[in-house]
Amino acid sequence: MALKFPIFMDAQSTTPCDPRVVEAMMPYFTEKFGHPASRNHPFGWEAEAAVDAARARLAKLIGARDPKELVFTSGGTESINLALKGVAEMYREKGNHIVTTVIEQRASLDVCKKLERQGFEVTSVPVQPDGLVDVEEIRRAITDKTILISVMFANNEIGTIQDVAAIGKLAKEKGIIFHADATQAVGKIPVDVEAMGIDVLSCTAHLIYGPKGVGALYVRRKGPRVRIAAQMDGGGHERGMRSGTLPVPLIVGFGRAAEICQESMVEESKRLAKMRDRLQDMILSSVDEAFLNGRPDRRLAGNLNISFAYVEGESVLMGLNKETALSSGSACTSSTLEPSYVIAALGASAELAHSSIRFSLHRFNTDEEVEYVGQRTIEVIKRLRDMSPLYELAKEGVDLKSIKWKAE
Amino acid sequence: MAYSDKVVDHYNNPRNVGSFGKDIVGVGTGLVGAPECGDVMKLQIKVNLDTGVIEDAKFKTFGCGSAIASSSLATEWLKGKTVDEAAKIKNTDIVNELKLPPVKIHCSVLAEDAIKAALSDYKEKHGSAAVTVASE
Repeated sequence: MALKFPIFMDAQSTTPCDPRVVEAMMPYFTEKFGHPASRNHPFGWEAEAAVDAARARLAKLIGARDPKELVFTSGGTESINLALKGVAEMYREKGNHIVTTVIEQRASLDVCKKLERQGFEVTSVPVQPDGLVDVEEIRRAITDKTILISVMFANNEIGTIQDVAAIGKLAKEKGIIFHADATQAVGKIPVDVEAMGIDVLSCTAHLIYGPKGVGALYVRRKGPRVRIAAQMDGGGHERGMRSGTLPVPLIVGFGRAAEICQESMVEESKRLAKMRDRLQDMILSSVDEAFLNGRPDRRLAGNLNISFAYVEGESVLMGLNKETALSSGSACTSSTLEPSYVIAALGASAELAHSSIRFSLHRFNTDEEVEYVGQRTIEVIKRLRDMSPLYELAKEGVDLKSIKWKAE
Repeated sequence: MAYSDKVVDHYNNPRNVGSFGKDIVGVGTGLVGAPECGDVMKLQIKVNLDTGVIEDAKFKTFGCGSAIASSSLATEWLKGKTVDEAAKIKNTDIVNELKLPPVKIHCSVLAEDAIKAALSDYKEKHGSAAVTVASE
């Protein structure tokens, strides 16, 4: 099969909609356009039934007992905002302390910063060099004021899957609410809020071949019943937790995407892991001083994150970006000028944090694409190392740490 | 972020990549930036000791595309200039030529620093032997 460019291998930033998802959504833009809160006519009933069906599919995917425990939102960021702010506001009489980790996604970090300004105390526990959180660190961080533990299920950069069940168990033991940011996990690996002791869970459609603009928040109703303060006031939709007209076509698409993921998860993860392993072997066997980030045996199947010493991440992407879409933890890809805090949190040097490249594979990638991207990556790294003063110094045997660098 | 055509051109066809032996007569070397900041430039000039003219220039850069382009452009501009003329190259000239966006201005600053460091290394090594057309 001929390759079609550009090749997309940035599936942890977003995914294309599965054509089956789009097909399911289409009627809900035109003929079936009713408002699900219209209780008095068939247009409303039809829309409500479609939303209920999607809610049930999503509930099944995450092991929720009752579909009513799911609240639809505009996406992962909103779900995380609602989870953290909603719990903090509702339980502030009980305590003002939140435990989280240093590798959470930006939405979580920023909400926590805001809560700190409002008088909450946040403890961010470190991760081990493999990206895994030591559950004992969380235990030690807990105080009698702790009301919430918030941990990301699987990491967006390095794909590391946390021991969520152990954290859930700890949260139960201490009577603390546990929020899992499962935006990267749901649909890709088994998630079971009951078995894992998750009380609140954030997820989003666009990372599982659904549409952008819709997400969900699971809020446990029994054992314990979790209450969250609404952050959006209005018509009292979604059991009062999130007002606003439901985007029915997007929700239908989310439901269909969840259904497809559930049906194909086992087979799909095997296929993605095989392609990912091939890409990893190709690159690591041809490029010296390339370091795998994250724990190899507890990783999302499509995730591969490598730091290439002596070359800067953005320059690698620039060499590939006409034909291949990847992403980098490099500072230069963002406006912050700070390198990846996730890679830095693993204890890697800042230089290696500037040099990380994330390949994230998806349902529609092919073996041919993997071969191509692997080869091109190797070529680009070689070209950039030939023009890297650091590589030259290292090859001359100079210890880069012995040089007194003059930063600008 | 979209790159300007000139940045892309310098990235794809960098001018004057390479190194001179540091001890070659007439060579001045500047090494600026820091690996932990994500940018390191090595810029070298080779000066004709009789005329004070930079006859050749080379660079190697660890950094983003704009950093590579800034140093590549710097070597192009250095060739043919006297050491005194070279000292007048400003980072803003590089910004304008490459149409660098605000977040990339530090790349041009680093390139200016690299030029200055190479010139001062040259002057240090060649001292009185170095011809200076006009002392500032």
